[in-house]
Amino acid sequence: MQRRTMLKSAAAGAVLAGIATVAAAQDDVPKVGFIYVGPVGDLGWSYQHDQGRQQLQEHFGDEIETVYIENVPEGPDAERVLTQLALQGADLIFATSFGFMEATNNVAQQFPDVKFEHATGYMTSDNLSVYGSRFYEGRAVEGLIAGELTESNIIGYIGSYPIPEVIRGINSSFLHAQKVNPDVEMRIVWAYSWFDPAAEAEAAQALIDAGADVVLQHTDSTAPQAAAQAAGDVYTFGQASDMSDYAPMPRVTSIIDEWGDYYIERTQALIDGTWETSDTWGGIDSGMVGIGEMTDAIPQDVRDEAQDLIDRIASGEYHPFTGPINKADGTQWLAEGEVATDEQLLSMDFYVEGIEAAIPD
Amino acid sequence: MSGIDPVILLAQLMVVATPILLAAIGELVVERAGVLNLGVEGMMITGAVCGFAVGVATGSPLLGFAGAALGGALVSMIFGLLTQVLLSNQVATGLALTLFGLGLSALIGQGYVGLRGPVVPDLYLPLLRDIPVLGPMLFRHDAVVYLGLGLVVAVWWLLTRTRAGLILRAVGENHDAAHALGYHVVRVRLMAIAFGGACAGLGGAYLSLARVPQWTEGMTAGAGWIALAIVVFASWRPGRLVIGAYLFGGITVLQLNLQAAGVRVPVEYLQMSPYLATILVLVLLRAGRAPGSLGKTFHAAQ
Amino acid sequence: MIRLERRREPSRGWALATPFIAVLLTMLAGGLLFAALGKDPVEAIRTIFWDPLFGPYAGYSRPQLLVKAAPLILIATGLSLGFRAGIWNIGAEGQYIVGAICAAAVALAAYPAESVLLFPAMVLAGALGGLLWGLIPGVLRVRFGANEVLTSLMLVYVAEALLAAMALGLLRNPEGRGFPGSRNLAQYPSAANLEILPGSGMHWGVVAALIAVVAAQVIFARHQLGYRIRLTGAAPRAAVFAGVRPGLLVLVCMGFSGALAGLAGMFEVAGPAGRLSIDFGAGYGFTAIIVAFLGRLNPFGILAAGLLMALTYIGGELAQMQLALPVAAIQIFQGMLLFFLLGIDVLTAYRPRIGKARA
Repeated sequence: MQRRTMLKSAAAGAVLAGIATVAAAQDDVPKVGFIYVGPVGDLGWSYQHDQGRQQLQEHFGDEIETVYIENVPEGPDAERVLTQLALQGADLIFATSFGFMEATNNVAQQFPDVKFEHATGYMTSDNLSVYGSRFYEGRAVEGLIAGELTESNIIGYIGSYPIPEVIRGINSSFLHAQKVNPDVEMRIVWAYSWFDPAAEAEAAQALIDAGADVVLQHTDSTAPQAAAQAAGDVYTFGQASDMSDYAPMPRVTSIIDEWGDYYIERTQALIDGTWETSDTWGGIDSGMVGIGEMTDAIPQDVRDEAQDLIDRIASGEYHPFTGPINKADGTQWLAEGEVATDEQLLSMDFYVEGIEAAIPD
Repeated sequence: MSGIDPVILLAQLMVVATPILLAAIGELVVERAGVLNLGVEGMMITGAVCGFAVGVATGSPLLGFAGAALGGALVSMIFGLLTQVLLSNQVATGLALTLFGLGLSALIGQGYVGLRGPVVPDLYLPLLRDIPVLGPMLFRHDAVVYLGLGLVVAVWWLLTRTRAGLILRAVGENHDAAHALGYHVVRVRLMAIAFGGACAGLGGAYLSLARVPQWTEGMTAGAGWIALAIVVFASWRPGRLVIGAYLFGGITVLQLNLQAAGVRVPVEYLQMSPYLATILVLVLLRAGRAPGSLGKTFHAAQ
Repeated sequence: MIRLERRREPSRGWALATPFIAVLLTMLAGGLLFAALGKDPVEAIRTIFWDPLFGPYAGYSRPQLLVKAAPLILIATGLSLGFRAGIWNIGAEGQYIVGAICAAAVALAAYPAESVLLFPAMVLAGALGGLLWGLIPGVLRVRFGANEVLTSLMLVYVAEALLAAMALGLLRNPEGRGFPGSRNLAQYPSAANLEILPGSGMHWGVVAALIAVVAAQVIFARHQLGYRIRLTGAAPRAAVFAGVRPGLLVLVCMGFSGALAGLAGMFEVAGPAGRLSIDFGAGYGFTAIIVAFLGRLNPFGILAAGLLMALTYIGGELAQMQLALPVAAIQIFQGMLLFFLLGIDVLTAYRPRIGKARA
């Protein structure tokens, strides 16, 4: 940051600090704030974070207070809302969308006594932690099941936007499908939306029409489940929430966003005075990536195989991105036995060998 | 590239086009009556939640759709009251209606997130559905798909073949002249607005009860705005409306199917194309002039 | 039977009174809504209307009112020119987005070079981008007779698709780990649109909005253009006889409103928003249309209306935080406010009469 900016933000910080001292005086119980990018009724990303908030509130009861603001666009509004939360006396604030990153960082600088946690980002500071989920671990399990279940050898995948997070999931599921079924082929459809249930339904339909008999989704609505159910013999996986309404068929298992335990742990640290900046990327072992119940629609031996994979990932014995892995263009990415670093995973912008598609740019 | 089956593509297209076609046919009648209601999105989402709520409560999709039409018509009457009786500006009121509808639907829908609605069955057409090619393409849909097309035909008939249609068009072309001839401009327009609201409600409910089917906040995701575009594309003619809805739906379905078939498509640029096509139509089809009194406030000076 | 009779001249008294009546009615209706949701209605209304201005943290939220209102006022002022002449640019959202894209493109092309010329260049690019995007429906109307309401609306969708393409492609931050969105311009000193006085909320966009309001007032009150606009709005045929060239007026109004919307986009992307992201639009262009009408197409009215809108947004956020009111209730509340304001306004130009009309 250059001097001009720094001077100004320092001055702005002083103004805010002046206002904030008023706020700090009226504190009684710790207050935990949440800011959501979507409405809590989206039954997906924001809904799951709010489920986590409710678990947190339930766990501590009257000992803490939680507040949330929903439907905050990832622009200038985010910074204002975060500042307001801090001014209102929030002691710990969870900013639950990638697009809030810079706003959170700015506000964190101005309120050094308030702790901030940003989901899925990478900026940290003395009072700003980041947290995210290794959803790709769950995708590996889905990929294995998909590879075993498919008869057409075509697996469909509905993506939101072509970003590393989504590409990682595609690669992870493809690699593990390929391991159990070398003939498997993956078809990818981008919805170009974070949230458009009708588009998800249409994307699922298009994949089914193209011959896919297993459909994975990186979008949060149940529309693909319904499309699969109507088609009859298509398997799907729950996403974000368990979607158990569609069990045992088409939904055969699910990846659930489980934030509650993390929120409880961090709030406990706040209460104990042990909160420190951290960079958490939790997987199956931490419980952040929940795997829903596997239904009878999956043959017993495949369920055992999947459970074994889950156990090995959870114990750390196995990493879903272990070499040899080549990129789609044939060049080597990971050598035999080499394990991808988190840095490599976070910036993944290529498909692995065997996926015959191009990432849109 | 594995081939795309045109039969399946067309069958899917009919389904995809249905919600926007329903909303658009309602808006077409509204605009032919000389009223521009930009609140289609708000009425659609209200219909979506009302339809879902009634459907869940009664277990009947039929009652669900009826509830959706009623809900859509009721919120449209706010717009009707404001623009026709209190003479407010239609553009601003329509936009406010969208804001209001999004909020209202979210509030009504609070208890319905994550529930499942009743199943909308495929309208089983015994012999027709077994015709090769045409059967799977045209005759294996739910009743609402046919209702949408039926409404288009009904509106066409009403507008061109009946006295009521003549009056509606007269009101839309020149409300002062229509008033001088003794027609009740405000009454005609209120009826048109209510019809538009009901149709938008049906379109929304098609999403929440049949297409998705689920209730989530903001689930119409801009479909109401597309419906507005289609009305313009159609130059306010029911026949062309079907072409427009199928074209819009067709581009969506086609790009998704191309992607699924592994063909690389520039999706962002393709998404612009229906709107550019609509502008082109506006420019080329000068005959497709907007109704003369469209968007203008009417006050009967005595 | 109640009927409406047109006043010879709009009533000044009612013009002043109606906004207050509308706000009062909204408080009543909103209070009922909040009570139905199990919240204390008085407290809710106080939180929305009072706290952002005079509450314990008003020191922060008062300047934020300016920040939130500035783009709305800037866009609405531009729109009011055309609206008064019966030229309906409802595509300000698109012009806002394109202005932001152009300004961001200029800044990103120069990155990381520092120069005092960069900010003015961005201002120019933003205005020009909005101007050109606004001129498209203008030209289509003048040259081909295509309805500008509809073409300008269509161009919003095109702009949105363009924005997504830019945020994911050409203008994506190369150091952003592949996430969509551009670099943060607010952290690029030459490009940043920062507060002029720290803590005041006054960034260049606010200044531009205030200048636009005053300029529009001068144009309406004193300038030839204002006269032509008013004349065209009141009596298009008479205006032609009086020497107004309607085609030219369409181009001027569409271009002007587009340029102001583009400017608003520029100031937002370089300041409060910081970066171009897929969700950059956020509906300011549409909200501004409502603001323009709430302000009765009068520059100072628009200033007040923009601030009122901003107040309901910021107050609404406080109500979410303090009272756990769902955002849906706030949206309904805003919708009601708009309905009442738009509806009650009828009393300004019309007089309710009881009884049958005279023949």
